[in-house]
Amino acid sequence: MKALCWQGPDRVAVERVPDPRIVNAQDVIVRVRQSMTCGSDLHLISGRFPDMQPGDVLGHEFVGEVVEVGSEVRRHAVGDRVVVCSVVACGRCWYCRQGLPSCCDNGNTNPEIAELAWSAVPAGCFGHSHALGGFAGSHAEYVRVPYADHGAFRVPDELSDDRAVFASDAAPAGWLGAELGDVRPGDVVAIWGCGAVGQLAARAAVLRGADRVICVDLVEDRLALAEREIGVETLHCARVDAGAELRERTGGRGADVCVEAVGMAPPRAGTRGGRLRHGADEPGGVREAVHACRKGGTVVVLGVFAGYVDGFPLGAVLHKGLTVRGARQHGQRHIPEVLDRMRRDELRPEYLATHRFSLDDGPRGYDLFRDRTEGCVRVVFTPDGR
Amino acid sequence: MDVSGRTADGRAGPRTYAVTIDRPPAEVAPDGKLPEPVARLGPGVAVTVRPAPGGRGTELVAVLCEDEPGPLARLSARLVGEDRRAAVRIALRQAKQVAETGEVLR
Ligand SMILES: NC(=O)c1ccc[n+]([C@@H]2O[C@H](COP(=O)([O-])OP(=O)(O)OC[C@H]3O[C@@H](n4cnc5c(N)ncnc54)[C@H](O)[C@@H]3O)[C@@H](O)[C@H]2O)c1
Ligand SMILES: [Zn+2]
Ligand SMILES: [Zn+2]
Repeated sequence: MKALCWQGPDRVAVERVPDPRIVNAQDVIVRVRQSMTCGSDLHLISGRFPDMQPGDVLGHEFVGEVVEVGSEVRRHAVGDRVVVCSVVACGRCWYCRQGLPSCCDNGNTNPEIAELAWSAVPAGCFGHSHALGGFAGSHAEYVRVPYADHGAFRVPDELSDDRAVFASDAAPAGWLGAELGDVRPGDVVAIWGCGAVGQLAARAAVLRGADRVICVDLVEDRLALAEREIGVETLHCARVDAGAELRERTGGRGADVCVEAVGMAPPRAGTRGGRLRHGADEPGGVREAVHACRKGGTVVVLGVFAGYVDGFPLGAVLHKGLTVRGARQHGQRHIPEVLDRMRRDELRPEYLATHRFSLDDGPRGYDLFRDRTEGCVRVVFTPDGR
Repeated sequence: MDVSGRTADGRAGPRTYAVTIDRPPAEVAPDGKLPEPVARLGPGVAVTVRPAPGGRGTELVAVLCEDEPGPLARLSARLVGEDRRAAVRIALRQAKQVAETGEVLR
């Protein structure tokens, strides 16, 4: 089959790869209908996130049709239209039972790499680093889905692929941001990063009753989109001093909840990242979020970092009494609710899929997505170009 | 997967490995019979089964009784695929996965 593969830092290409097959009895094989880009892919493609291998198939946000089921699969049958959680988790370990599937004990086939980096083993992920299992991704014609009874969800008939594909990762990530921040009616919520994750966190905050939501970014059209589609306030952080402006807008208090949805900064000229242990990243949006948060407030880190950051304002965390939380999304817990909200038109994220390409045009799609040109927020790939 | 096996001061020689399995001891080791992947390790590995606190299942602790090999012996052991320590870690993980999910994820 054809698949969009990582070939090395800043190089992706469509290659022929072997068709996936059932490996575990709890697997299904899904024929991909739509597969979408994510900010996480940019960290991988640039080489900033370590333990990628040339030939790895990218992509972790997808909808498709079940074409083969393993002998132990109970909840799915051939022909089901499913959206699949980007997180590979077993659904039965202690962490899964606590509602923390991205901390699953049994979803990662490379525990040694993860343990060395993070002193524990998190769940796996499709189309990601081998530190997260190295499972082949969804920018392909077919994809193998382990633990399918727990990670694949049937899409209600009335939901389009265009909408449902966001339930894979971006929508549950945004949902988690508002949940970890414990956003309540009356809160002022500030969000760094106006990509799909930041905008879906903003929408989740609105649905939880936030009084005001303020999105911070430096890409004009993304801010305009958030204003128009979610009705939030915005701040262009390259034009104004976002910290000062936020203080002013919150009567000097600071935001009750700050959500960071930016992640690792793009590599500085002349450097190449990709280290888990040594060499630190810039905390970027996290630092600003810590400074902009009110005393006793909560900072939520949704953006992906590989290892260490330098210049983290720990003094402010202590003296302001902040709570700092972070997680990869817990879709196995949130996707049913996300699909339900989509069905009720409370979540309509399809406006974020600004571009649609055939998988064959994958490299061009990623150029556009990385450069954020032509108003691009997310690119959807279809294997047959339709 | 939390198969811990480090010495407190971070030196090379982990000899004790532990894993927590989210199932009761009676299920993990019925009548004291160790789970298959761990039983297969054979002599030289002492295994303790004890309940985890707070209803978190069962702690399986394996102690590798052999002398710590020197760096050269370890390298050669790795080359011939006989790294006992890796074998213990893998066995504990497999026992956990089989008990919790019914199979080993590949
Ligand atoms: N926690 C999770 O489960 C989860 C899930 C999906 C994605 N992510 C991560 O979330 C982050 C965002 O994902 P995305 O798909 O929306 O990515 P994206 O690349 O589309 O969006 C990132 C946005 O951040 C903006 N930005 C950059 N620097 C900024 C700054 N200093 N202040 C404010 N905005 C800034 C960029 O202009 C861009 O609009 C990534 O790091 C991604 O890896 C996490
Ligand atoms: Zn994603
Ligand atoms: Zn689990």
